[in-house]
Parts: sequence; C-alpha cells; structure tokens
Amino acid sequence: MATAARKAPAKSKSDGKSGLSAPKPAEFTKDEELAAYRHMLLIRRFEEKAGQLYGMGFIGGFCHLYIGQEAVVTGMKMALIDGDQMITAYRDHGHMLAMELSPRGVMAELTGRRGGLSRGKGGSMHMFSKEKHFYGGHGIVGAQVSLGTGLAFANRYRDNNNVSLTYFGDGAANQGQVYESFNMASLWKLPVIYIIENNRYAMGTSVSRSSAETDFSHRGASFKIPGIQVDGMDVRAVKAAGDLATEWCRAGNGPLILEMQTYRYRGHSMSDPAKYRSKEEVQKMRSEHDPIEQVKARLIEKKWATEDELKTIDKEVRDIVADAAEFAQNDAEPDPSELWTDIVL
Amino acid sequence: MPIEILMPALSPTMEEGNLSKWLKNEGDKVVAGDVIAEIETDKATMEVEAVDEGTLGKILIAAGTEGVKVNTPIAVLLQDGESAGDIGKAAAPAKVEAPAKAEAPAAAEDKAEATKPAAAPVAAAPKTEIAADPDIPAGTEMVSTTVREALRDAMAEEMRRDGDVFVMGEEVAEYQGAYKITQGLLQEFGPRRVVDTPITEHGFAGVGVGAAMAGLKPIVEFMTFNFAMQAIDQIINSAAKTLYMSGGQMGAPIVFRGPNGAAARVAAQHSQCYAAWYSHIPGLKVVMPYTAADAKGLLKAAIRDPNPVIFLENEILYGQSFDVPKLDDFVLPIGKARIHKTGKDVTIVSFGIGMTYAVKAEAELRGMGIDVEIIDLRTIRPLDLDTIVASVKKTNRLIVVEEGYPQSSVGDHIANQVSQRAFDFLDAPVITIAGKDVPMPYAANLEKLALPNVGEVIEAVKAVTYR
Ligand SMILES: Cc1ncc(C[n+]2csc(CCOP(=O)(O)OP(=O)(O)O)c2C)c(N)n1
Ligand SMILES: [Mg+2]
Repeated sequence: MATAARKAPAKSKSDGKSGLSAPKPAEFTKDEELAAYRHMLLIRRFEEKAGQLYGMGFIGGFCHLYIGQEAVVTGMKMALIDGDQMITAYRDHGHMLAMELSPRGVMAELTGRRGGLSRGKGGSMHMFSKEKHFYGGHGIVGAQVSLGTGLAFANRYRDNNNVSLTYFGDGAANQGQVYESFNMASLWKLPVIYIIENNRYAMGTSVSRSSAETDFSHRGASFKIPGIQVDGMDVRAVKAAGDLATEWCRAGNGPLILEMQTYRYRGHSMSDPAKYRSKEEVQKMRSEHDPIEQVKARLIEKKWATEDELKTIDKEVRDIVADAAEFAQNDAEPDPSELWTDIVL
Repeated sequence: MPIEILMPALSPTMEEGNLSKWLKNEGDKVVAGDVIAEIETDKATMEVEAVDEGTLGKILIAAGTEGVKVNTPIAVLLQDGESAGDIGKAAAPAKVEAPAKAEAPAAAEDKAEATKPAAAPVAAAPKTEIAADPDIPAGTEMVSTTVREALRDAMAEEMRRDGDVFVMGEEVAEYQGAYKITQGLLQEFGPRRVVDTPITEHGFAGVGVGAAMAGLKPIVEFMTFNFAMQAIDQIINSAAKTLYMSGGQMGAPIVFRGPNGAAARVAAQHSQCYAAWYSHIPGLKVVMPYTAADAKGLLKAAIRDPNPVIFLENEILYGQSFDVPKLDDFVLPIGKARIHKTGKDVTIVSFGIGMTYAVKAEAELRGMGIDVEIIDLRTIRPLDLDTIVASVKKTNRLIVVEEGYPQSSVGDHIANQVSQRAFDFLDAPVITIAGKDVPMPYAANLEKLALPNVGEVIEAVKAVTYR
C-alpha cells in the first residue's frame, strides 16, 4: 500500500505537533444558513416524532434520540464531497437524515416495516445505505471505530480522495479498539476523521467519572494524531472544522480527531430516568446553546428570513415528518419469508 | 385547531398508567420541553414533556386518576389565537407527548421492565406447581421474590460475608445498575467494593481476572452478555485456562454475570444466547437459572466457587416472581439439575428462559392427558447428565428446549450423550428445539418467528409420544 505522505495543507505549522487549532466559525451565506436551519429542524422534528411513536408503541426496543446534537452531523455533511463515507453508533437517525437517506425509509425501519431501510430487520440501531455511503448504525459501543478506519483503508488503497467520517461517543472513546485503530490509521496515514461526539454522558456516567483525560482532542497524542475541540452546538464552527479536517485528510496527512462538544437533551434511550444530571443543566443548554435557535436568531437578525418564512419552513419539515410517520405506521410488516433471507450469499 | 395530548406509552408493553400529577394548570402557557405532567407505571414515575407550544386549554383527566389507557386524550392544547370555545374541535390525530424522564427505578436499557411485547411468545408466570427442591429443607418459609431481588440479595449476602468479594461493571454503582440488579449495593458497601467502570469490557474483564489471580473474588457484571464478546479472550484464555497452565498453582475465582439472550425488539447485535458458547470451554462453569430461588442459591455458590463461573441471567425473567426460601444462608450446588415437575410420559429438558416454553407446553399437554416431566438444568457446565438419563429411562422420550442457535447447541450435546448412554431406552428420536438459525430480526412479526414457541414444543411432544 502506498503510504508516502502527500502535501500537507499550509495550515500545519511548527509547534512540534501539527499546529492545528480550532478554526473560526465559518461565515455562512444566507443559503447556507437556511439550509442548515432546514436540515437541523428536520432531524429535530423527526426525532420528536420518533419519541411520540415510541410512546404510542409503534417503535420497540432501544431508541436513542439525537435531539440537541443536530449541528454536528449537519455541519460535517456540509464539508463532504461525493463518495465520502459516514459510520456511527446506535444514535444514528440524525446521521442518516444528514446523509439524505429517506425519512420514510428511516421511520419505517424504526417501526419494523417492510419499507424500512433494512426491510424491518435492523431497527433503530442498524441501518445502512450503500448508495449514500452510510455504513451504519452499530450497536456495540466502539466497534464502528475500527470499521470506519477500514473504510479509510479502502479509500487509501484505491487512492480515491475520499474520507471516512467515523463518529463515536465520549463513552466509546474508552474502548481499546479505538486506540488500536488510531495507531494503524496514523501509521498508514489513513484518511479518517474521528469525530468524538462528546455529549458529556455515556448513559448515566459523566465524562469525568469515566475518563482520565477528558480533553478528547488529546486522545490521539500517543499516535501523533492531531485533534481539535469544536463547539458542536454551533453549526458554523462544525462546518469550519469539517473543512479543515477533510482538507487535512485529502492532502494525505492521515487521521484527525474532532472533539465535538455537544449535549443530548433527552435521556440515553427512551426510558432513561436521567437522574444523573439536573433539570437546570438541561434547560440551560436548551435555552442558551440550542443549535437551531442560534441559526434562527442569526437569520432574523440579518433579516435573511422573517418569522413567517421560518414558520413556513417548519411547516414543510413537519409535513415531511408527518408523511414519514404516516408511511411507517401503515406500511406492512416484512413478509415472513424475510426471516430466512440475507444470512449468507 | 386545538391539539389533543394523549396518554403516552413508556414502553411497547405499557397499556395503562396513573396520571399522578399535573404540573401545569389550565390557562398556562407551555413551550416545547416543559414538563406538563407525571405519570406512573408499575415501575417508574415518568415526566411527560410537551412537544408543541401553546396554552393548556383543558385538562381532561384529573390528577390522581388511575388506570388511564394509553392513547386516551388527557388534555387539550390551544394554539395561537384559539380559546376554550375551540376545544370541541380538537384534532383527533395522535399527538402523544414524548415521555421524557422517569424518577423511580427504570433502567436506561430496561425498556420493557422485564416483559415482552404482547406479540412475543413468552408471557407471565407459570401455572405449573413447582416440585419441591430436595436442597431446600421441607417446611421452610417461602417469600415471593423477583429474580432481580434474588440476585441482588445473593450479592449483598456474599459481600457481607467475605470482604474480598467486590462487584464491578458499567453503571453498577451510581446508576444502581442498568437493569437495577445492583440496586442499593453502592449505598451499603461503598465505592471501593462497588466499582463503576468505563465502557471497556476487554479491559475490565482482564482487570477482574488479574484481581482474582491475586486472590480477590470479583463479580464482573456485563451490562449484557452481548458486550462480553469484547472480553471473551480474557474470559477464555486467561480466566478459564490459568489453573491448568499453572499446574494448579493459581486459578481465577471470578463470576462473570449479566443478562443473556434475546430481550425484546433489540435486534441482532443485542439478542443472543451464549449458553452453548461458554459450555464448550473446559475450565469454566456455566450457570443459567430460571427461578428466583435458583438465581439466589446458585449466584451465592458461584461467588464462593474457586473457579471462573459464567452466570447467565435473562432480562425478561428479572421482573418475574418466584418463591425463595427464607434461610440465613441458602446456597445451592452448581452442577445439579432440578426436577421442576415429575411426570412419566415424556421428559422436557430446558434451562433459563427456555423453561417458560416448557412450563406452558406442560400445562396444555396435561389437558391432553400427557404427563410431562420437566427438568431444569440450572447448570450447563458441568452438565447433570445423570438426572437426564434417569428421567429418560423412565419416560423413554426426550425433548430439549432452548433459545440459542440450533447448530452445536446445548440440546445437540444432550441428544448425543443420551443416545450414547440410554439408546436402548429411547422410544423416539430426541427432538431439539432452539431459536431459528438466523440473526435476530427487529420487526415484531419476524422476531416472534425467530424464537422458539410453545406450539413447537407441543408438536414435538406429540411426535415423540405418537399422538
Ligand atoms: C460494547 C458495549 N458495551 C456496552 C454497551 C451498552 N451501551 C450502549 S450505549 C452506552 C453508552 C455510550 O455512550 P457514548 O459513547 O458517550 O455515546 P452516547 O450514547 O452518549 O451517544 C452503553 C454503555 C454497548 N452497546 N456495547
Ligand atoms: Mg456520550
């Protein structure tokens, strides 16, 4: 395999390490702000609806909502080119919507119907789309990190200029295979961006109770992988970090870590009592850092949109979600013969 | 149009709940995220969060109302410009507010609190009279106890008895256990002996084995055994083999425990039975209880055992109640099966959750005049073949029921051993019933098809008894 280093972007300086630091938030055009608003709102409304359908008994098992973290996938998606891959864990609905998987297909998978992306066989935690370069949807904490590194290996092997976006949580960041992957990725200069979604908790365990090093951007230090902390509640900051990281990887510098500082508003899964944090803490994030409200405020302030125009977008988004929910509730269950298909080729 | 707020389900199995409290009054403004009410299920008090904004127009179900069915309208939310007069026009379409947070014991991953969706084949407690266990002195007072409580009591008793016993795992301490099995242990024994770990199964399993080699007696909880696959090298290569490799100098007195097997609707990566996997390994003991009494007596035995013991629990059984003897120190022997019901026409051998199918099939078969003997293995390794063979010599027919995969299953091994040791006594081939040979699907209908069912057991019994 070719491992020769390619030209590094001008940004890398000489502080002995990479010299990378968090870039300033991207300057968004009106269209970009409006697109970010719409995409994040779609995820928010979709997740709210999923929560409702769970409440009505249409969705079973585990259902992990992404509410609060919308800016992370939305900003990163804005930095991708065609063919870049994405892989994540079980909190995956937002990632799939960002990768433009059909809301109907995602919702119908949540309800376990034949129109679901995995034909009802995978459920909330296990969805994939070869066409959209989305590689799942994984239920075992940390496993997707090695897999995402493998996607990057394939990119390097084919020399195709694509980058693997490998997402994992603050809790997952303590799994051993993460570091085994870091070492290989750095050794072989694989084009992978490790996106650590630090939402401060792994189920009921806060990062300070689980992690000796809580600055996750430093987690690659032993492997010479640079890292940046990013305000994951600000979609512009995420986009700027995404641009920097994709450029870094495409230039042949190997992996990069982006620690996205974010927050999940809901419990870990649908029935988590969430007694490990205060209501005030949640309310403070919601009222002061909400990713969607931030964009909304800028749009209004710059007079790029009126309240009414934003309401229209909200209505359009709600219609998409309502249609997906309608479909997901009424679509048929998989044919019983599906039990025996797709096991081996 | 005003929006009706409906009574939410907090799991696919919840059918009704109590509306314990309204936190907003009629006329109050509500924004998304506000907690508007508290509802109580049998296990948890959950807060109901508003999803939409508006004004609480009318409360339809008063605080304190019990047994409110899921999807009953509980209030009407008025939107901008609407008044009480518009209430009659409330939109019927489902507008269930999202259940947000619970206050009482409810585990993050314990969605159904140990019950399956109505569609699933496993339901409530067995009706079969459980035969007396010869290991329990006659006349002992019995106390109805859930499997969950029995497991917790077993650990607490052993921790009180032996200062070298400690428990470690994900969410075992402050969160009180993802499935609430370690509830109260942190409070009683403190953080030195009840240790929350990061999500690093391979690492903490190895740490546990090392501590055991140094003479401590760890109980390592896996949040579920699906995640023990991350750690299986330490379990097999380090824990199971050290005694042999060291020529008997040192072993690993350790218990690896946690829920095993399919839960409800959690799909392929979270639903498999490891009984057969671990039963393959010399150097391990493998225990898989069904009743609360066995869970307690065998967990205590496992903690005292000088060998590594794999202790396989089941999420769906956690909430089920059984009689547990009230004894100061109730320890059962590992490696001994229990005759759950005596009978003369056919033997059904099972273990763990598999017993639920056996027990239900027995009740129906009794109605057809077939007298079934049920053996609960309790321990998979070492396997109590003597008890099985003795039963087969009496009934001449054998069915084995388990939820795991069919190839190289526990049932396969038993069928083989019985054919070697009691071939002349068999009046029919041994039938093994297992989960289907497929990864567990998510869809409700497919999941049901993937698991064994009572009908299969009944058909098998009819086949071997030539009915
Ligand atoms: C190997 C493994 N261990 C444990 C679990 C159970 N589990 C599921 S999610 C989770 C917490 C993970 O937290 P984090 O990585 O921070 O992601 P977040 O849920 O916050 O998105 C745990 C312990 C699992 N699925 N896989
Ligand atoms: Mg987290």
